[in-house]
Amino acid sequence: MLELQHVGFDVGGGREILHDINLTIDDRFVAITGPNGGGKSTLAKIIAGIYQPTSGKILFDGVDITNKTITERAKLGISYAFQQPVRFKGLRVKDLLSLAAGKKTDVDAACALLSEVGLCARDYIDRELNASLSGGELKRIEIAMVLARGTKLSIFDEPEAGIDLWSFNNLIRVFEKMHAETQGNILIISHQERILNIADTIVVVKAGELAAVGPRAELLPDLLSGVDSGTCSVLADKVEGVRA
Amino acid sequence: MDAIKLRLLKEVAELDSLPVGAYNIRDNGQAGGRNTTANIDIHTKTDKPGIDIIIKPGTKNESVHIPVVISESGLKDMVYNDFFIGEDADVVIIAGCGIHNAGCGDSAHDGIHTFHLGKNARVRYVEKHYGEGEGSGKRFMNPTTVVHLDEGAHLEMETTQIGGIDDTTRKTTGDVAAGASLVVREKIMTVGEQTAITDFAVDMNGAGSSVNVISRSVAKEKSKQEFISRIIGSAPCAGHTECDAIIMDDAVVLASPQIEARHVDASLIHEAAIGKIAGEQLTKLMTLGLTEQEAEEQIINGFLA
Repeated sequence: MLELQHVGFDVGGGREILHDINLTIDDRFVAITGPNGGGKSTLAKIIAGIYQPTSGKILFDGVDITNKTITERAKLGISYAFQQPVRFKGLRVKDLLSLAAGKKTDVDAACALLSEVGLCARDYIDRELNASLSGGELKRIEIAMVLARGTKLSIFDEPEAGIDLWSFNNLIRVFEKMHAETQGNILIISHQERILNIADTIVVVKAGELAAVGPRAELLPDLLSGVDSGTCSVLADKVEGVRA
Repeated sequence: MDAIKLRLLKEVAELDSLPVGAYNIRDNGQAGGRNTTANIDIHTKTDKPGIDIIIKPGTKNESVHIPVVISESGLKDMVYNDFFIGEDADVVIIAGCGIHNAGCGDSAHDGIHTFHLGKNARVRYVEKHYGEGEGSGKRFMNPTTVVHLDEGAHLEMETTQIGGIDDTTRKTTGDVAAGASLVVREKIMTVGEQTAITDFAVDMNGAGSSVNVISRSVAKEKSKQEFISRIIGSAPCAGHTECDAIIMDDAVVLASPQIEARHVDASLIHEAAIGKIAGEQLTKLMTLGLTEQEAEEQIINGFLA
């Protein structure tokens, strides 16, 4: 269970990216959504320890982790799949899966992980995580690394972005399987209806604040109808036109 | 051989025992063992220190090991090795030099290796340099490699120097005939006050020839590295040189790739990049549970793998 108490993130010069966030995450799937630039990724990075909050407290299973490093939080059981996966010259897929799993990953182990994200281990384990891999391939490997860790809290920052030719259903199946194995909490930042559709709880972050938190059944209909989405009327009309 | 020399042998040639096939071991400037085969002959030079390695045309799937070990402090060794590789041969040559300097005198090994590859010969040449020892004496290595590739020949050179050598200047020159190709992969890591200079100059003078030089290096602490590469295209040919360096602490890295086209159909590319380890790479590995130092080690080991 993760608890954020009055968490704020001020980058100086009066710019507050996050303001007084109070949130408890103890559900199977929690989706964070909201407009771009609203602070969703910043919130995820604060949970993973990549950014240090300027105010407030973070508790993980009752332990205050506010001042813990990225490494310490990872060891306590927090995983984070980046929105933009990092490339490494020289490090291969099997090296990263081994580092994620904390043990040497052979072809069979890599196959178990990579096949979940629609990649054939034989073709990938010796590939370097460099520019030769497409954005979609890197994204899937990023997800496989979180699978390899199997931690209590897994955070995915827009996992669907760049997932080419690989259906949402598979992605959702990965999350379901991950939960069945870890019995942990899965936090997904997403704009996609089909991902919001599996969330137990939806969190709307807008302009650095929690605009809404509640069960999917309560929040999703309003989100889909675009009520209070902040979209201007011209754009809203066009979006409506496309949907129609 | 004592334990120190056996360890050096393992470091530079990955040998736990005497190699299979042809070999010549140079031990503190003296002959330390030799074996020849029906296809590979090794002669001691009569006019200067060194050996001639003669590989018969058509020799396939054979290897030659020519490691050098130096454990005597203050020894300065200079050696000329000439390789004559016959037409259509396909062999692996493993060279390497390990210095253990426990004394106060400077130890040095300067090797001049000249390769003559016959038509359509293929050679993989692996060279590893390693230094150790707690003495105050410095460890120097200055290898010179000269390559002559006849038509259709292919030479792949892999050179590695990961720490332990105080000062090195690696000079490579060569000429590449029609349809021949030269690939050079260099890996260097310097620490402390070490200096490493790579000076590479190759002329492609036959149609369809190619040269590809890939250098990856890590410069730590107060070390200095220079990478000078010059590829000349005098015929329809393809040349590529790439220098990729990670700089850390107070190190200095100079990359100076040069390409010179003397023919309208010479296609030449150079790339050079120097930078510190990307912060996001460290962050990513830390989210997998590694400390910053462990993450740094993984990134460097991968980069130089």
